[in-house]
Amino acid sequence: MSRYLSVRDLDWTMILIVFVICVVGVIQIFSATLDTASQGAWWKQVVYIVGGVALMWLALNVDYHSMLHYVPMLYLGSVAVLLLTSVVGEATFGSRRWIPLPGGFHFQVSEFVKLVIILLVARFLTDLHRDDLEIVEALKLTGLVSIPAVLVLRQPDLGTALTYFAVLFVGALLAGLHWKYIAAVVVILGLGLSVSSVFLKDYQRQRLVSFMNPDEDPQGTGYHTLQSKIAIGSGGMTGKGFLKGTQSRLRFLPVPSKDFIFSAFAEEQGFVGVVVLLSLYFVLLMRIVQNAQMAPDRAGKYICMGIAALLLCHILVNVGMVAGMMPVTGIPLLFMSFGGSSIWSSFIALGLVNNVRLRRFVN
Amino acid sequence: MIVPPSDPTLEPQQQNTEQPVLRDDSNFASGKIALFQYCSVAVFLILIAGFWRLQVQNPQLYDERAQANSVKSAPLIAPRGRLLDRDGRVIVDNKASFKLMLARESFKEEHLRDIASGLDLDYDDLMAKVFRFRTRPKYEPMVLKEEMSPADLAFVDSHRDFFPELLVVQAESRLYPQNGMLAHVIGYTGEISQDELDDPQFAKYEPGQVIGKFGIERQYNDWLTGVDGQRQVVVDNRGTVRQVLATKPATPGKDLQLTIDLDLQAVAELAMDTGLKDVGVEHKNGAVVALDPNTGEVLAMVSRPTFDPNRFAGHIRAKDWKEINSNPDHPLLNRAIQDAQAPGSTFKPIMAIAGLETGTIDDTFTVHCAGGAVFYGRYYKCHLKGGHGTVSLHNGIKESCDVYFYTVGNKMGIDNIAYYADLMGYGKPTGIDLPHELTGLVPSQAWVMRTQHHKWYAGDTISVSIGQGELTVTPLQLTRAIAGLSVGGTWRRPHLTKDGAANDKPVTWPLDPKNVHDVISGMYGVVNEGGTGVRGAIPGLAVCGKTGTAQVASNDFVKAHGHEGNFKDNAWFVAFAPCDKPEIVVSALFEHGAESKYAAPIVRDVMKAYFDKKARNAAVQQQKNTLASNLRTVASLGLDGLIPGGKSN
Repeated sequence: MSRYLSVRDLDWTMILIVFVICVVGVIQIFSATLDTASQGAWWKQVVYIVGGVALMWLALNVDYHSMLHYVPMLYLGSVAVLLLTSVVGEATFGSRRWIPLPGGFHFQVSEFVKLVIILLVARFLTDLHRDDLEIVEALKLTGLVSIPAVLVLRQPDLGTALTYFAVLFVGALLAGLHWKYIAAVVVILGLGLSVSSVFLKDYQRQRLVSFMNPDEDPQGTGYHTLQSKIAIGSGGMTGKGFLKGTQSRLRFLPVPSKDFIFSAFAEEQGFVGVVVLLSLYFVLLMRIVQNAQMAPDRAGKYICMGIAALLLCHILVNVGMVAGMMPVTGIPLLFMSFGGSSIWSSFIALGLVNNVRLRRFVN
Repeated sequence: MIVPPSDPTLEPQQQNTEQPVLRDDSNFASGKIALFQYCSVAVFLILIAGFWRLQVQNPQLYDERAQANSVKSAPLIAPRGRLLDRDGRVIVDNKASFKLMLARESFKEEHLRDIASGLDLDYDDLMAKVFRFRTRPKYEPMVLKEEMSPADLAFVDSHRDFFPELLVVQAESRLYPQNGMLAHVIGYTGEISQDELDDPQFAKYEPGQVIGKFGIERQYNDWLTGVDGQRQVVVDNRGTVRQVLATKPATPGKDLQLTIDLDLQAVAELAMDTGLKDVGVEHKNGAVVALDPNTGEVLAMVSRPTFDPNRFAGHIRAKDWKEINSNPDHPLLNRAIQDAQAPGSTFKPIMAIAGLETGTIDDTFTVHCAGGAVFYGRYYKCHLKGGHGTVSLHNGIKESCDVYFYTVGNKMGIDNIAYYADLMGYGKPTGIDLPHELTGLVPSQAWVMRTQHHKWYAGDTISVSIGQGELTVTPLQLTRAIAGLSVGGTWRRPHLTKDGAANDKPVTWPLDPKNVHDVISGMYGVVNEGGTGVRGAIPGLAVCGKTGTAQVASNDFVKAHGHEGNFKDNAWFVAFAPCDKPEIVVSALFEHGAESKYAAPIVRDVMKAYFDKKARNAAVQQQKNTLASNLRTVASLGLDGLIPGGKSN
């Protein structure tokens, strides 16, 4: 470790917030899985978190500049592993996302590819050494991001693929893509959304999305969204109390320890709990943005902002989904949802932010 | 596009020196980062607004829906009472099964088609049922399927998320004897129909409930039906009960002990089937009834053809129902009580007692039979072509001489015949505890006047005298009539339940014992003195009986229609034993059995089974008594006596 680095320079506020969110997650997982076959999930999650902390430590010790050095290798490796996943991946509910590892672990590749995408975008945009982003370069980068994104989409996993483009979009924004292109992207997205909302019936839209995510809503009936809304709504202002959420404990909520953990939390802790938890996420997000602002160089800014974009995208898509404001696309809520791959990639991301932060005086 | 890596170990000026120097990076894109921050604030505000709308604006709505999800009121189905035979053996039991109900609170009509196809139910039927239920309160579930197959269970289980309105309830369904044994007596259960809902007997029942439809199940429906309870439970998304909030226990239906003797019943069923096979008739139609003349208890009751009540248990399929209903032999008809036929010569003992009691004849009265006789200008044949010669009362019954009874009837007149037939219980229900009993018909002057508006033709009396003409009786009526006669003039109401006739007042008539003896002695002759019923004889037992061969259509009618229908005569046999102190009366009707001699072996087999069982029981009892007395003897000797040298100390 470089002698410049000091533990005191870590962003302890950020780490504390993440710790609180993780604890809330573990408690919610405990409640959601009590008396079920996966009763020990909360304990596993604790192990994942401890492992995540170790990975974070590793991630902040390797200078992010040298990480950027290995981006081509990481990128090619990611594409190769994603291809491998589509061949040997273990199918669950009709989608291939997991690579079985010895010892019963399942490795969700796409979660880690997110980090590679962040590094890729940072490296590509830094290497341009310009204050504005030519459309040709932007399309090149889009092409590069699209290859793994399409592979993930084919799994099929729309939600995770979306996060890749969120990172790309924020990166392009920062790199100075011309406003007219930004506007074009926004208009195209807006048009697509309004077309789908005008011309497609609710269930058709659901089916369209569920076509991409067959495991979340196999019949496209919106049953899961409805149950999630019922869970959240019945929580009321102050919630039903710990272990008292009927929707999650009686399993009307789909996967209340994973993708729908936020509705399980909203049911038991109510609107007050929701505001507190969302505030924690907001502060976390703002800390990451602040670290981006304090980053010593563009690469650091891109990395931090990429992670911020990733987090915001996860929150918007996941929390919006459980509240019925977004289609069911099934991506985890970072630091809360049960799952090793998601926890580990999140902690590595946290490590990256601290990595950048620790080196803010080095240049 | 691969650019040289920015190696941190190199000095900054060594890298990309050809590139223009960029502005101070600490301010890079700060405006855009601020934009990102504003966007983030907006995203969080939108999310919080969404949660505000769900959780604070109308939490009541979602709270109710969460409750509706997890709190269900499930009926606790009360098991129906079992049916036992006279020895306490179980005839009809219940078996555990699953019943599928539709929780109408959470029911969506657009699901119905998928549900119907998944459960192999008729969509239109189901739709009609839902329509019928529309006026009932929503919390009342509707029965979709009385008994679920494993495939149905799998369907419901795998579609829980899509059809949360499907409710699987543990129930008990009826388990009836196999092969249609005793089917007509037991009957079957089924869902109450619209017509039955209007029936006062079922006034307190509601649509969807299961009631007895036929036989004992219907007659004693209230006794057998328990009171369903209810349970308010918390269920999970699989429908598994997690918690019971409140329970109103179910009261099971009461068991019902029948007078039927399963051993006897089995023999009767078997005798009927084999008897029919021996004759080789294709239509196996007929009935057997066995009564205890001293109590009126029905010991056995068989009707052929039979049906399998298990097919009715719960909801009968339309196909099965059609098959049973369109069968020309009407398997659902209980021929013991619903088949009124001309009694034929089995009417002769009644003619004889009527003749004796009215003083029309006495035991010295004789008639000459030359194979037929002319009455009112018409020739009436006797069944024996050559004639019986001079016939007394005894031989008249024994040989079943038609001319003898033509003469008696002619002398006595139709109203006397009708009076005694009525006394014997003909022309009115026996009052047996089974629904839809037929009454048969006893013609009389008044009846002809009332129904056909003309005077009685005296010639018709001649036909009625030998149990033909308009006279019809059911096998049960015949059995009851002979039973009352056999015990000297006390007619008890036939019944199927133990203690069922405790409050009954039997019909009694002060018949002259001598007259009764004369008739019975004639019936003894029928079986034991080379009469028409020798096939009913049992060695070592005094069986008295009477055969009957009844035309189903007049000879003229048969001639005119040739062989278009089955006009073979019906065969009857009725008998009781022992003659002096009757314990059992059995009658058999054998439709189109051509000759009564085929009915006699059926009656004989049942009787033999009865007395064999009695002997067996007596032997067992004696063994027990002997054992008991031996034990007493041993006990009285004292224990010391059993131990060698016990007293020698």
